[in-house]
Amino acid sequence: MATVSNTIFSPELAARFDKLATIYPVKRSALVPMLLYAQDEVGYVSDEVVAELAVRLDLLELDVRSVLSYYSMLRTKPAGKYNVQVCTNISCMLRGGFELLQHCKDTLHIGHKETTKDGLFSLEEVECIGACCWAPAVQVNYDFHENLTPAKMDAVLAAYAAGKGRNELPSPSIGSPAPEAR
Amino acid sequence: MPTIVSHPDEVKVLSRRFGKGATNIEKYIALDGYKATQLAIEKGPEWIIAEMKASGLRGRGGAGFPTGMKWSFVPKTSEKPKYILVNDESEPGTCKDHVLFLEDPHAVIEGTIIAGLAVGAKTGFIYLRGEYRYLLKIMEKAVADAYAKGFLGKNIFGHAGVDFEIITQTGAGAYEVGEESALMESLEGKRGIPRIRPPFPAVVGLYGGPTVINNAETIANAPHILLMGGEAYAKLGSERNGGTRLFGISGHVERPGVYELPMGYSLRDAIYKVAGGIKDGKALKAVVPGGASCPILKADEIDIGLDFDQMAKAGSMLGSGGIVVLDETVSIVEFALRTIRFYQHESCGWCIPCREGTDWIKKTLTRFHAGGGNKKDIDNIQYLAENMMGRTFCPLGDAAAMPTLGFVKKFRSEFEEYLEGKRVENPLIQITPVGEPELAGAH
Repeated sequence: MATVSNTIFSPELAARFDKLATIYPVKRSALVPMLLYAQDEVGYVSDEVVAELAVRLDLLELDVRSVLSYYSMLRTKPAGKYNVQVCTNISCMLRGGFELLQHCKDTLHIGHKETTKDGLFSLEEVECIGACCWAPAVQVNYDFHENLTPAKMDAVLAAYAAGKGRNELPSPSIGSPAPEAR
Repeated sequence: MPTIVSHPDEVKVLSRRFGKGATNIEKYIALDGYKATQLAIEKGPEWIIAEMKASGLRGRGGAGFPTGMKWSFVPKTSEKPKYILVNDESEPGTCKDHVLFLEDPHAVIEGTIIAGLAVGAKTGFIYLRGEYRYLLKIMEKAVADAYAKGFLGKNIFGHAGVDFEIITQTGAGAYEVGEESALMESLEGKRGIPRIRPPFPAVVGLYGGPTVINNAETIANAPHILLMGGEAYAKLGSERNGGTRLFGISGHVERPGVYELPMGYSLRDAIYKVAGGIKDGKALKAVVPGGASCPILKADEIDIGLDFDQMAKAGSMLGSGGIVVLDETVSIVEFALRTIRFYQHESCGWCIPCREGTDWIKKTLTRFHAGGGNKKDIDNIQYLAENMMGRTFCPLGDAAAMPTLGFVKKFRSEFEEYLEGKRVENPLIQITPVGEPELAGAH
């Protein structure tokens, strides 16, 4: 079945999922993107998300959970509104990634995969995010922040705390206008 | 946003539209965009494959397999639909595809259509890693624009019966999904676990149909090759290594960035001329020449050309073109630990040599780094790595073993000195050296 009558998602996302389930030669192919887009909206992959995606794609919940546990960007618990992901892989390590991670821990008073009490920030040490030539790099939700120093990091965190972060969560509409190219 | 860099030694083929607003389809068309696809439709598959073979283009994802040959392996007739699958490279130290999607998304689309025309596929998938959401949006916009122009869909460019669809896809954080068979599993909505081969994807691939899997940079070269001619492209590079390549130079250099250099260009010049030399006037210690999986080269081993064959001769690999430069201050023990931590985290766990090997090397190196090592550990690490080589389902096991062997063989004395107390003064990786080590930020 393509549509779900009592969906837990917003009408926009539900409509997008209806479409996603039809564009592939095999419906199940939509699972990985659906999990990620659902997480973007709900905040994490909840039991309800798992149940609905299983129905949408004619899968067992077990199949959904098996895939869910494989991908490192998917989480089964809520994170902060802004998930600060600090890369410490080799290129970032050489240019201060670990110092930046320590700085974030000290500033936010949280550790790896923890969330601040006010729920605003969570912190994660991540593997390579593909911004090696602009290291050290951090992703806050999906926004890249590059060539960082502890001082620049403070400014980035302050901007998000003030609600002036770059683009918040991305809208998941197909063919949405691209952000300014450069 | 990534800083776009430039250097006079660059030969701009793939990057010639960078910085010119080519994400806009009209701009792209004005810069010779979509001409190659029309040429490909007129001249037909045999011509395309002949040009691709003549170009000497080899896979830019890391393996360096000749692209024209890969395309020619796809059977002409097939009961099941054929597919083109394009992905980006997630090897640590590699961000060239990032710039490509950002600056020239239509070149990736064109290349995908051309590959489809060459092998008789009517559907292409462009799979971007989950972290690249803003780039996925750029690709989605470009694909939508190409549909609106009639460059994708049914009867493309007004040619009756010539159809091509492109579906953009996002991953969700998994290095292993850069391996071709695991990538197909992921696209089929499963855990990214490699498939046993044969059969190879060219015969039995995505949804059981013949499938061409290419890196985004590889595929984006196709339109340029068709426009300039395979032979002219080949001449830009060195022997058996056609053309140019996007090299991402990162780490301890003055001007890190993605530069397009001819294949065979000197590694020394790439570091000292193009990237401006070692940061803050320090001395060079070593170079990882093609992404984290490539065995390290010492400072006196950099007088070689950047192509697949010369790198192999020097005992390393050109890999994904991610050149990571280490200055004299870097502790190889710590660098080795950070490298193996990555592979241990990314090992899918499907086959034992990789799952256990990466984990034991990580555990041993963690203890070693924390000051609890002994001389046997060095041999043990080497033994573990040697026994992973060639014994795994997919190349991730090799990718973890090769750099590890490089570290312990080339810098054995540093490991030994470490035991004698010459440790890192301020370790970056914080570990409690008691019992089973508690890793800082263990994933």
